Amino acid sequence: MSMVIDAPRIVTTKPLLVVRGVSKTYGKVVALHDVAVTAYPGEVLGIVGESGSGKSTLLRMMNLEETPEFGSYTLDLPDLRGNLFNLDRFARRMLCATRIGIVYQNPHLGLLMTHSSSGNVAERLLIAGERSFATLRAKATDALDASEFPLDRLDAPPIELSGGMQQRVQLAKAIALEPALLLLDEPTTGLDVSVQALVLDTLKRLQQGRQITMVVVSHDLGVIRTLADRVMVMRSGRVVEEGLVDQIFQDPQHAYTQQLVHAKL
Amino acid sequence: MTCVLEISGLTKGFMMHHLGSFLQAFEDISFSVEAGEFLLLKGANGAGKSTLLRALYRSYLVQSGKIRFHSEHGVIDLAVAADVDIAHLRRTEIGFVTQFLVARPRVSAEAVVAEPLRLSGVEGVAALKQARYWLEAFGVKPELWKAYPTTFSGGEQQKVNLARALIRPQKLLLLDEPTASLDANARAALLSRLADLKSGGTAMIGVFHHPGDVEKLIDRVINLTPSVTTAEEREDVAV
Amino acid sequence: MSLKSLTKPWQSMSYGFLDPSAKRELRRKMLKSVAVPGCQMPYASREVPMARGWGTGALQVSLTLLNPQMCVKVIDQGADDSVNAASIRRFLARVSGAPTTLDTLEAHLIQSRHRIPEEFLREDQILVLQVPNPEPLRSVQPNMSIARQMHADADYGRMWLQLYEQIVRSGRIMQGASYPSMVNGRHVMTPSPIPRWDVPKLNMSKHLTILSAGREKRIFAVPPYTRVEPLVFDDVPYQVEDHGALTCKRSGAKGFFMNEIPQDDGTSAFEVSDSEYGVKSIRQRDGEAVNLGGTWYKHGEMPK
Repeated sequence: MSMVIDAPRIVTTKPLLVVRGVSKTYGKVVALHDVAVTAYPGEVLGIVGESGSGKSTLLRMMNLEETPEFGSYTLDLPDLRGNLFNLDRFARRMLCATRIGIVYQNPHLGLLMTHSSSGNVAERLLIAGERSFATLRAKATDALDASEFPLDRLDAPPIELSGGMQQRVQLAKAIALEPALLLLDEPTTGLDVSVQALVLDTLKRLQQGRQITMVVVSHDLGVIRTLADRVMVMRSGRVVEEGLVDQIFQDPQHAYTQQLVHAKL
Repeated sequence: MTCVLEISGLTKGFMMHHLGSFLQAFEDISFSVEAGEFLLLKGANGAGKSTLLRALYRSYLVQSGKIRFHSEHGVIDLAVAADVDIAHLRRTEIGFVTQFLVARPRVSAEAVVAEPLRLSGVEGVAALKQARYWLEAFGVKPELWKAYPTTFSGGEQQKVNLARALIRPQKLLLLDEPTASLDANARAALLSRLADLKSGGTAMIGVFHHPGDVEKLIDRVINLTPSVTTAEEREDVAV
Repeated sequence: MSLKSLTKPWQSMSYGFLDPSAKRELRRKMLKSVAVPGCQMPYASREVPMARGWGTGALQVSLTLLNPQMCVKVIDQGADDSVNAASIRRFLARVSGAPTTLDTLEAHLIQSRHRIPEEFLREDQILVLQVPNPEPLRSVQPNMSIARQMHADADYGRMWLQLYEQIVRSGRIMQGASYPSMVNGRHVMTPSPIPRWDVPKLNMSKHLTILSAGREKRIFAVPPYTRVEPLVFDDVPYQVEDHGALTCKRSGAKGFFMNEIPQDDGTSAFEVSDSEYGVKSIRQRDGEAVNLGGTWYKHGEMPK
């Protein structure tokens, strides 16, 4: 009923991230069906949808943890060509370690809980080949500082930290190597509301300060509204609607999006 | 005069899926705006004045019609332009002024005001300097500049918001009742800033509850009351 | 022609105890492990008349390699005279007919637990080390399937992370024996639980080192003239045990790896850990003509 949106004409930079025609099934369950994602450099893309909508699967694919049955994934980075789903294990690992950062909802997935917090950040740098202790220490401290992590707890293991602090360690680890792409999987779900606001604020500052391209997955519309420039609404493995964040929230077109937006207080 | 915006056959309605009903907001609206021109949108309540502004800003998607915007990059139809293009134009050429501030925790008033400048590429210190100038102009006390606007009163928040929205000259400015509940000094500052921008070539389209506030600026009035879509001359406006 | 002329007479046991097919497998696996230095090769690990964990892996290698022309030496933590070393030495001699020796310089094959002799080893010598746990990644990756992938990808960041954690927590690297080392710039191996003192002896050494874990069924090797570099940070140098200034109470030998012997008064006395080197030093001191070989460490320091 609404009109078809044009291709970009003013913004001539190439999108950093392009996912096309991605489909994945688990047995009879369709996890993703013909999903396309585009994100431009410095842009924050939000993906909303209820549990089981496929949004987390999609994010894991962007982190090359999963491979779809069909579809392609490209990142516009130097020395990186072709469909990233076809990369071998070694190339995937290096790409994920050096160019893609991820923050999981569950810190156990992203952190070594009994290692020191600084060590968790240093691991990224070690994978990338840094072999100077002093440099590791300095860079880990910088990244934790940028994530607004209290530096007097630098060497405390994440298992002793609060949920908000654990997310900051994950974030520091994710940004330690200045990634081109930062993926956030429900980064504040399960945190106290006040802590949630602080973590979101840190994310926003980092994004604006460093112009990192981010993809945020959340079922929480508030998180998406705070962080995202553009939103994709997903349901049952399909993208039902996408648009500018204010348009999706103020003038949702699809019945499902309307239901989602109206359900929000 | 150079044309900034040409609107033709614009139609907007809301499909409300949960009610299964369709609400028409406005239909087949056409007008154009020149650089430096101030247009007042008039109409009864529910005539779709705010809806039209939001459609021009692409917060709303229209059903049909064209919004041809003469940008620095050539003519582009805002009704169907790509999201990234719209986002780019919002950062550089099109402004939207409301009376409500979207404040973020732990961001100071001056940083909030300076943000649009920084996003458009102005260096931090210079942006902050301009931000302070406009905070002062709108009558925000210097001791509040470094404070967080989330804690401000409604009136102070509104001033911060105006300073933020008007800090950077735009090609097109959409005004959604920015004067409501503003004190006299701030209103004067707003008017003088609008006048400056106008003489600098900014085209403006506004919705005002009390058009008297901006009487001196109005060049043309568009009446949106359904089926009476007419453009009237400035002298004919009863304000 | 009779069947008897084509076959060997019946024997109660194969030469060298292991049956030919077991030796054949071990020879193939040793060749493979020499071909890919530091990479662990799986092997079947046969039964030998000794409990798993007592050096069965190295014993199988020794049994495969020995012949009556080779002289064998067996040491346990540097000592030739410990019960385990003596038993293994006697067993090897009995099943292979190889002569035995205590002198490092005379031996062609040295089976060792936890030490490398202080005297240089030559190109014609083979060192066989007993390995309890061949997987250096075990402490950072309990899943051995993933650990093998990590070796394949040279994904050793976690090893350095372990060192980072030790420095952060204790102010220094706490890893003592089994110091993880990069072989030929590619595979990280555990050099078996030799002290840090001994790890530099493996670097570009003239002899062949074969490391074999019988219980874990893994064999790996450091071929002659192969780089063996302990994992270190660029700015935190590798340190060996500070035994350089210690003197052996019995032999007077100075600047070698020592055994600490607690005394009744609470102090410690020291004895050189390489027992035969100590014996030779004593005999030299007593005026005998002994052949003391050149040593890796000079005046307690390893020359660069």
